Amino acid sequence: MACGEDKEQDPRIQGIAASIRVVPDFPKKGIMFQDITTLLLDPKAFKNTVDLFVERYSGKNISVVAGIEARGFIFGPPIALAIGAKFVPLRKPRKLPGEVISEKYVLEYGTDCLEMHVGAIQPCDRALVVDDLVATGGTLRAAMNLLERAGAEVVECACVIELPELKGRERLNGKPLYVLMESR
Amino acid sequence: MASEGGEDHRLPRIASAIRVIPDFPKPGIMFQDITTLLLDHEAFRDTIDMFVERYRDKRITVVAGIEARGFIFGPPIALAIGCKFVPMRKPKKLPGEVISEEYSLEYGTDIMEMHVGAVQPGDRALVIDDLIATGGTLSAAIRLLERVGAEVVECACVIELPELQGSQRLGGKPLFVLVKAAAA
Repeated sequence: MACGEDKEQDPRIQGIAASIRVVPDFPKKGIMFQDITTLLLDPKAFKNTVDLFVERYSGKNISVVAGIEARGFIFGPPIALAIGAKFVPLRKPRKLPGEVISEKYVLEYGTDCLEMHVGAIQPCDRALVVDDLVATGGTLRAAMNLLERAGAEVVECACVIELPELKGRERLNGKPLYVLMESR
Repeated sequence: MASEGGEDHRLPRIASAIRVIPDFPKPGIMFQDITTLLLDHEAFRDTIDMFVERYRDKRITVVAGIEARGFIFGPPIALAIGCKFVPMRKPKKLPGEVISEEYSLEYGTDIMEMHVGAVQPGDRALVIDDLIATGGTLSAAIRLLERVGAEVVECACVIELPELQGSQRLGGKPLFVLVKAAAA
Protein backbone atom coordinates (compact mmCIF):
# COMPACT_ATOMS: atom_id res chain seq x y z
CA MET A 1 0.00 0.00 0.00
CA ALA A 2 1.20 3.50 -0.82
CA CYS A 3 2.63 5.77 1.86
CA GLY A 4 2.69 9.55 1.75
CA GLU A 5 5.30 12.15 2.66
CA ASP A 6 6.33 11.94 6.32
CA LYS A 7 6.08 15.50 7.51
CA GLU A 8 3.19 17.91 7.05
CA GLN A 9 1.15 15.38 5.14
CA ASP A 10 -2.09 16.89 3.99
CA PRO A 11 -4.92 15.01 5.73
CA ARG A 12 -6.53 14.22 2.38
CA ILE A 13 -3.59 12.11 1.21
CA GLN A 14 -4.29 9.16 3.47
CA GLY A 15 -7.75 8.67 1.97
CA ILE A 16 -6.38 9.00 -1.54
CA ALA A 17 -3.64 6.43 -0.87
CA ALA A 18 -6.13 4.02 0.65
CA SER A 19 -8.31 4.20 -2.45
CA ILE A 20 -5.55 2.98 -4.78
CA ARG A 21 -5.56 -0.76 -5.43
CA VAL A 22 -2.37 -2.75 -5.91
CA VAL A 23 -2.66 -5.55 -8.47
CA PRO A 24 0.19 -8.08 -8.20
CA ASP A 25 1.93 -9.54 -11.24
CA PHE A 26 0.55 -7.06 -13.77
CA PRO A 27 1.53 -6.60 -16.55
CA LYS A 28 3.98 -9.37 -15.70
CA LYS A 29 5.18 -11.39 -12.72
CA GLY A 30 6.90 -9.42 -10.01
CA ILE A 31 5.33 -6.06 -10.83
CA MET A 32 2.98 -4.60 -8.21
CA PHE A 33 0.69 -2.47 -10.39
CA GLN A 34 -0.71 0.72 -8.86
CA ASP A 35 -4.32 0.77 -10.05
CA ILE A 36 -5.87 4.23 -9.87
CA THR A 37 -9.23 3.09 -11.26
CA THR A 38 -10.39 2.43 -7.69
CA LEU A 39 -9.51 6.03 -6.79
CA LEU A 40 -11.81 7.14 -9.62
CA LEU A 41 -14.64 5.14 -8.02
CA ASP A 42 -14.34 7.27 -4.85
CA PRO A 43 -15.66 10.74 -5.77
CA LYS A 44 -14.27 12.35 -2.62
CA ALA A 45 -10.78 10.87 -3.14
CA PHE A 46 -10.80 11.85 -6.83
CA LYS A 47 -11.92 15.40 -6.00
CA ASN A 48 -9.25 15.67 -3.28
CA THR A 49 -6.58 14.46 -5.71
CA VAL A 50 -7.47 17.13 -8.26
CA ASP A 51 -7.81 19.80 -5.55
CA LEU A 52 -4.31 19.11 -4.21
CA PHE A 53 -2.80 19.73 -7.65
CA VAL A 54 -5.03 22.75 -8.33
CA GLU A 55 -4.07 24.35 -5.01
CA ARG A 56 -0.41 23.90 -5.84
CA TYR A 57 -0.60 25.29 -9.39
CA SER A 58 -3.20 28.06 -9.18
CA GLY A 59 -1.53 31.42 -9.37
CA LYS A 60 1.67 30.03 -10.91
CA ASN A 61 0.80 31.26 -14.41
CA ILE A 62 0.64 27.79 -15.89
CA SER A 63 -0.70 28.25 -19.42
CA VAL A 64 -0.75 24.58 -20.48
CA VAL A 65 -1.31 21.21 -18.86
CA ALA A 66 0.12 18.36 -20.94
CA GLY A 67 -1.37 14.96 -20.13
CA ILE A 68 0.23 11.67 -21.14
CA GLU A 69 -2.00 9.08 -22.80
CA ALA A 70 -4.08 7.55 -21.39
CA ARG A 71 -4.27 7.97 -17.61
CA GLY A 72 -2.82 11.48 -17.84
CA PHE A 73 -6.01 12.28 -19.77
CA ILE A 74 -8.02 11.54 -16.63
CA PHE A 75 -6.10 13.83 -14.22
CA GLY A 76 -4.86 16.54 -16.57
CA PRO A 77 -8.09 18.05 -17.92
CA PRO A 78 -9.75 18.70 -14.53
CA ILE A 79 -6.57 20.48 -13.41
CA ALA A 80 -6.40 22.50 -16.65
CA LEU A 81 -10.06 23.52 -16.36
CA ALA A 82 -9.64 24.62 -12.74
CA ILE A 83 -6.51 26.71 -13.29
CA GLY A 84 -7.58 28.22 -16.63
CA ALA A 85 -4.95 26.50 -18.78
CA LYS A 86 -5.02 24.77 -22.16
CA PHE A 87 -4.97 20.98 -22.17
CA VAL A 88 -2.64 19.24 -24.63
CA PRO A 89 -2.79 15.45 -25.06
CA LEU A 90 0.54 13.72 -25.60
CA ARG A 91 -0.21 10.56 -27.53
CA LYS A 92 1.08 7.25 -28.83
CA PRO A 93 2.02 7.29 -32.53
CA ARG A 94 -0.58 7.83 -35.26
CA LYS A 95 -3.43 8.85 -32.96
CA LEU A 96 -3.22 12.63 -33.42
CA PRO A 97 -4.74 13.60 -36.78
CA GLY A 98 -2.81 16.77 -37.58
CA GLU A 99 0.86 17.53 -38.09
CA VAL A 100 2.90 16.28 -35.11
CA ILE A 101 6.33 16.33 -33.61
CA SER A 102 7.58 13.01 -32.20
CA GLU A 103 9.94 12.03 -29.42
CA LYS A 104 11.34 8.53 -29.03
CA TYR A 105 12.00 7.02 -25.62
CA VAL A 106 13.44 3.82 -24.25
CA LEU A 107 11.38 0.97 -22.80
CA GLU A 108 12.64 -2.04 -20.89
CA TYR A 109 12.72 -3.85 -24.24
CA GLY A 110 12.80 -1.61 -27.31
CA THR A 111 11.55 1.93 -27.78
CA ASP A 112 8.26 3.81 -28.01
CA CYS A 113 7.27 7.21 -29.27
CA LEU A 114 5.22 10.13 -27.90
CA GLU A 115 3.62 12.73 -30.20
CA MET A 116 2.26 16.26 -29.83
CA HIS A 117 0.36 18.44 -32.30
CA VAL A 118 2.34 21.18 -34.01
CA GLY A 119 0.88 24.54 -33.00
CA ALA A 120 -0.56 23.40 -29.68
CA ILE A 121 2.32 25.01 -27.80
CA GLN A 122 3.75 28.53 -28.18
CA PRO A 123 7.21 29.64 -27.08
CA CYS A 124 5.81 31.70 -24.19
CA ASP A 125 3.88 28.77 -22.69
CA ARG A 126 4.54 27.62 -19.10
CA ALA A 127 3.76 23.92 -18.89
CA LEU A 128 2.80 21.33 -16.32
CA VAL A 129 3.20 17.65 -17.30
CA VAL A 130 0.69 15.26 -15.72
CA ASP A 131 0.57 11.47 -15.52
CA ASP A 132 -0.89 9.06 -12.96
CA LEU A 133 2.46 7.54 -12.02
CA VAL A 134 6.22 8.04 -12.49
CA ALA A 135 8.36 4.90 -12.65
CA THR A 136 11.63 5.18 -14.62
CA GLY A 137 10.77 8.68 -15.81
CA GLY A 138 11.21 7.80 -19.49
CA THR A 139 7.74 8.89 -20.54
CA LEU A 140 7.87 12.12 -18.53
CA ARG A 141 11.28 12.92 -20.00
CA ALA A 142 9.92 12.41 -23.54
CA ALA A 143 6.98 14.67 -22.72
CA MET A 144 9.27 17.40 -21.41
CA ASN A 145 11.43 17.14 -24.52
CA LEU A 146 8.42 17.64 -26.78
CA LEU A 147 7.28 20.70 -24.85
CA GLU A 148 10.77 22.23 -24.77
CA ARG A 149 11.30 21.57 -28.47
CA ALA A 150 8.16 23.65 -29.09
CA GLY A 151 9.63 26.42 -26.94
CA ALA A 152 7.64 26.00 -23.73
CA GLU A 153 9.10 26.22 -20.25
CA VAL A 154 8.35 23.07 -18.26
CA VAL A 155 7.56 24.34 -14.77
CA GLU A 156 7.02 20.97 -13.08
CA CYS A 157 5.97 17.36 -13.56
CA ALA A 158 3.08 16.15 -11.42
CA CYS A 159 1.97 12.59 -10.69
CA VAL A 160 -0.29 10.94 -8.17
CA ILE A 161 2.23 8.18 -7.39
CA GLU A 162 6.02 7.83 -7.54
CA LEU A 163 8.00 4.58 -7.42
CA PRO A 164 11.16 6.08 -5.90
CA GLU A 165 13.32 2.95 -6.27
CA LEU A 166 13.16 3.39 -10.05
CA LYS A 167 14.76 6.85 -9.71
CA GLY A 168 12.56 8.58 -12.26
CA ARG A 169 13.06 11.84 -10.39
CA GLU A 170 16.72 11.89 -11.47
CA ARG A 171 15.87 11.59 -15.16
CA LEU A 172 13.92 14.84 -15.45
CA ASN A 173 16.89 16.98 -16.44
CA GLY A 174 16.73 18.95 -13.23
CA LYS A 175 13.04 19.77 -13.53
CA PRO A 176 11.08 19.38 -10.31
CA LEU A 177 8.67 16.52 -9.71
CA TYR A 178 5.68 16.75 -7.39
CA VAL A 179 3.81 13.63 -6.27
CA LEU A 180 1.10 12.96 -3.73
CA MET A 181 2.54 9.65 -2.56
CA GLU A 182 5.32 7.15 -2.94
CA SER A 183 5.04 3.41 -3.26
CA ARG A 184 7.66 0.75 -2.81
CA MET B 1 -20.33 22.33 -38.56
CA ALA B 2 -23.89 22.77 -37.33
CA SER B 3 -25.04 23.00 -33.75
CA GLU B 4 -28.39 22.18 -32.20
CA GLY B 5 -31.33 24.48 -33.08
CA GLY B 6 -32.80 26.73 -30.39
CA GLU B 7 -29.23 27.28 -29.79
CA ASP B 8 -27.38 27.83 -26.55
CA HIS B 9 -25.14 30.90 -26.94
CA ARG B 10 -22.06 28.84 -26.08
CA LEU B 11 -22.43 26.43 -29.00
CA PRO B 12 -21.01 28.52 -31.89
CA ARG B 13 -17.71 28.94 -30.08
CA ILE B 14 -17.58 25.24 -29.20
CA ALA B 15 -18.37 24.22 -32.79
CA SER B 16 -15.84 26.59 -34.33
CA ALA B 17 -13.13 25.42 -31.93
CA ILE B 18 -13.24 21.93 -33.47
CA ARG B 19 -10.78 21.43 -36.32
CA VAL B 20 -11.62 19.26 -39.31
CA ILE B 21 -8.73 17.26 -40.76
CA PRO B 22 -9.40 15.85 -44.23
CA ASP B 23 -8.34 12.34 -45.18
CA PHE B 24 -7.53 11.09 -41.68
CA PRO B 25 -7.15 8.24 -40.87
CA LYS B 26 -7.73 7.51 -44.56
CA PRO B 27 -8.83 9.26 -47.78
CA GLY B 28 -12.41 10.51 -47.77
CA ILE B 29 -12.80 10.76 -43.99
CA MET B 30 -13.23 14.27 -42.51
CA PHE B 31 -11.79 13.79 -39.01
CA GLN B 32 -13.31 15.90 -36.23
CA ASP B 33 -10.33 16.98 -34.14
CA ILE B 34 -11.32 18.04 -30.62
CA THR B 35 -7.73 18.81 -29.55
CA THR B 36 -8.22 22.41 -30.72
CA LEU B 37 -11.31 22.66 -28.48
CA LEU B 38 -9.06 21.69 -25.55
CA LEU B 39 -6.74 24.60 -26.40
CA ASP B 40 -9.63 27.06 -25.96
CA HIS B 41 -10.14 27.09 -22.23
CA GLU B 42 -13.47 28.91 -22.32
CA ALA B 43 -14.89 26.59 -24.99
CA PHE B 44 -13.68 23.49 -23.11
CA ARG B 45 -15.20 24.86 -19.89
CA ASP B 46 -18.50 25.57 -21.70
CA THR B 47 -18.56 22.04 -23.18
CA ILE B 48 -18.28 20.49 -19.73
CA ASP B 49 -20.80 22.94 -18.25
CA MET B 50 -23.41 22.06 -20.86
CA PHE B 51 -23.19 18.36 -19.99
CA VAL B 52 -23.13 19.02 -16.24
CA GLU B 53 -26.20 21.26 -16.45
CA ARG B 54 -28.08 18.50 -18.26
CA TYR B 55 -27.13 15.66 -15.91
CA ARG B 56 -26.69 17.14 -12.44
CA ASP B 57 -30.30 16.50 -11.40
CA LYS B 58 -30.68 13.11 -13.06
CA ARG B 59 -29.27 10.98 -10.18
CA ILE B 60 -26.39 9.70 -12.28
CA THR B 61 -24.13 7.47 -10.15
CA VAL B 62 -21.47 6.60 -12.74
CA VAL B 63 -19.90 8.25 -15.78
CA ALA B 64 -18.34 5.68 -18.14
CA GLY B 65 -15.76 7.20 -20.48
CA ILE B 66 -14.51 5.43 -23.58
CA GLU B 67 -10.76 5.27 -24.16
CA ALA B 68 -9.10 7.55 -24.91
CA ARG B 69 -10.94 10.81 -25.74
CA GLY B 70 -13.82 9.87 -23.44
CA PHE B 71 -11.22 10.08 -20.65
CA ILE B 72 -10.86 13.81 -21.37
CA PHE B 73 -14.57 14.73 -21.13
CA GLY B 74 -15.88 12.13 -18.68
CA PRO B 75 -13.87 12.87 -15.52
CA PRO B 76 -14.64 16.62 -15.34
CA ILE B 77 -18.34 15.76 -15.66
CA ALA B 78 -18.10 13.04 -12.99
CA LEU B 79 -16.24 15.40 -10.64
CA ALA B 80 -18.83 18.15 -11.09
CA ILE B 81 -21.75 15.77 -10.50
CA GLY B 82 -19.97 13.97 -7.63
CA CYS B 83 -20.19 10.46 -9.06
CA LYS B 84 -17.85 7.59 -9.98
CA PHE B 85 -15.79 7.58 -13.18
CA VAL B 86 -15.23 4.24 -14.92
CA PRO B 87 -12.79 3.91 -17.83
CA MET B 88 -13.91 1.61 -20.67
CA ARG B 89 -10.69 0.37 -22.21
CA LYS B 90 -9.04 -1.45 -25.08
CA PRO B 91 -7.95 -5.02 -24.27
CA LYS B 92 -5.22 -5.79 -21.74
CA LYS B 93 -4.96 -2.28 -20.32
CA LEU B 94 -7.04 -2.74 -17.15
CA PRO B 95 -5.02 -4.62 -14.52
CA GLY B 96 -7.75 -6.32 -12.54
CA GLU B 97 -10.45 -8.81 -13.44
CA VAL B 98 -12.48 -7.56 -16.42
CA ILE B 99 -15.54 -8.31 -18.46
CA SER B 100 -15.17 -7.97 -22.22
CA GLU B 101 -17.49 -7.10 -25.07
CA GLU B 102 -16.69 -7.58 -28.75
CA TYR B 103 -17.89 -5.03 -31.30
CA SER B 104 -17.70 -4.56 -35.06
CA LEU B 105 -15.32 -2.31 -36.90
CA GLU B 106 -15.45 -1.47 -40.58
CA TYR B 107 -13.06 -4.38 -41.11
CA GLY B 108 -13.00 -6.93 -38.33
CA THR B 109 -13.81 -6.54 -34.65
CA ASP B 110 -12.37 -5.00 -31.50
CA ILE B 111 -12.89 -5.58 -27.79
CA MET B 112 -13.87 -3.22 -24.99
CA GLU B 113 -13.23 -4.04 -21.32
CA MET B 114 -14.51 -2.85 -17.95
CA HIS B 115 -13.30 -3.76 -14.45
CA VAL B 116 -15.41 -6.26 -12.54
CA GLY B 117 -16.84 -4.56 -9.46
CA ALA B 118 -16.64 -1.01 -10.79
CA VAL B 119 -20.35 -0.83 -11.53
CA GLN B 120 -23.16 -2.30 -9.41
CA PRO B 121 -26.73 -3.34 -10.22
CA GLY B 122 -28.87 -0.25 -9.89
CA ASP B 123 -26.13 2.18 -10.89
CA ARG B 124 -27.46 4.90 -13.22
CA ALA B 125 -24.90 5.40 -15.96
CA LEU B 126 -23.95 8.06 -18.45
CA VAL B 127 -21.70 6.96 -21.32
CA ILE B 128 -19.32 9.60 -22.70
CA ASP B 129 -17.17 9.81 -25.81
CA ASP B 130 -15.95 12.74 -27.90
CA LEU B 131 -17.82 11.60 -31.01
CA ILE B 132 -20.43 9.12 -32.21
CA ALA B 133 -20.04 7.72 -35.74
CA THR B 134 -21.56 4.28 -36.40
CA GLY B 135 -22.41 3.79 -32.72
CA GLY B 136 -20.47 0.51 -32.47
CA THR B 137 -18.24 1.63 -29.61
CA LEU B 138 -21.05 3.23 -27.63
CA SER B 139 -23.26 0.19 -28.03
CA ALA B 140 -20.45 -2.05 -26.71
CA ALA B 141 -20.19 0.22 -23.65
CA ILE B 142 -23.97 0.06 -23.14
CA ARG B 143 -23.88 -3.74 -23.27
CA LEU B 144 -21.06 -3.95 -20.72
CA LEU B 145 -22.89 -1.68 -18.29
CA GLU B 146 -26.19 -3.53 -18.73
CA ARG B 147 -24.51 -6.91 -18.25
CA VAL B 148 -23.59 -5.86 -14.71
CA GLY B 149 -27.06 -4.57 -14.00
CA ALA B 150 -26.63 -0.83 -14.47
CA GLU B 151 -29.26 1.33 -16.12
CA VAL B 152 -27.83 3.39 -18.97
CA VAL B 153 -29.64 6.72 -18.70
CA GLU B 154 -28.13 8.38 -21.78
CA CYS B 155 -25.13 8.52 -24.10
CA ALA B 156 -23.47 11.91 -24.48
CA CYS B 157 -20.97 13.06 -27.09
CA VAL B 158 -19.59 16.39 -28.17
CA ILE B 159 -20.08 15.57 -31.88
CA GLU B 160 -22.43 13.36 -33.90
CA LEU B 161 -22.04 12.31 -37.56
CA PRO B 162 -25.77 11.84 -38.27
CA GLU B 163 -25.29 10.30 -41.74
CA LEU B 164 -23.80 7.22 -40.06
CA GLN B 165 -26.99 6.72 -38.01
CA GLY B 166 -25.22 5.76 -34.82
CA SER B 167 -28.19 6.93 -32.76
CA GLN B 168 -30.15 3.97 -34.19
CA ARG B 169 -27.68 1.48 -32.76
CA LEU B 170 -27.92 2.36 -29.09
CA GLY B 171 -30.53 -0.23 -28.15
CA GLY B 172 -33.17 2.45 -27.80
CA LYS B 173 -31.07 4.50 -25.39
CA PRO B 174 -31.20 8.27 -25.91
CA LEU B 175 -28.29 10.25 -27.29
CA PHE B 176 -27.38 13.84 -26.48
CA VAL B 177 -24.84 15.77 -28.56
CA LEU B 178 -23.71 19.37 -28.78
CA VAL B 179 -22.80 19.59 -32.47
CA LYS B 180 -23.54 17.66 -35.66
CA ALA B 181 -21.07 17.33 -38.53
CA ALA B 182 -20.66 15.76 -41.95
CA ALA B 183 -18.86 12.42 -42.10
CA ALA B 184 -17.13 12.94 -45.43
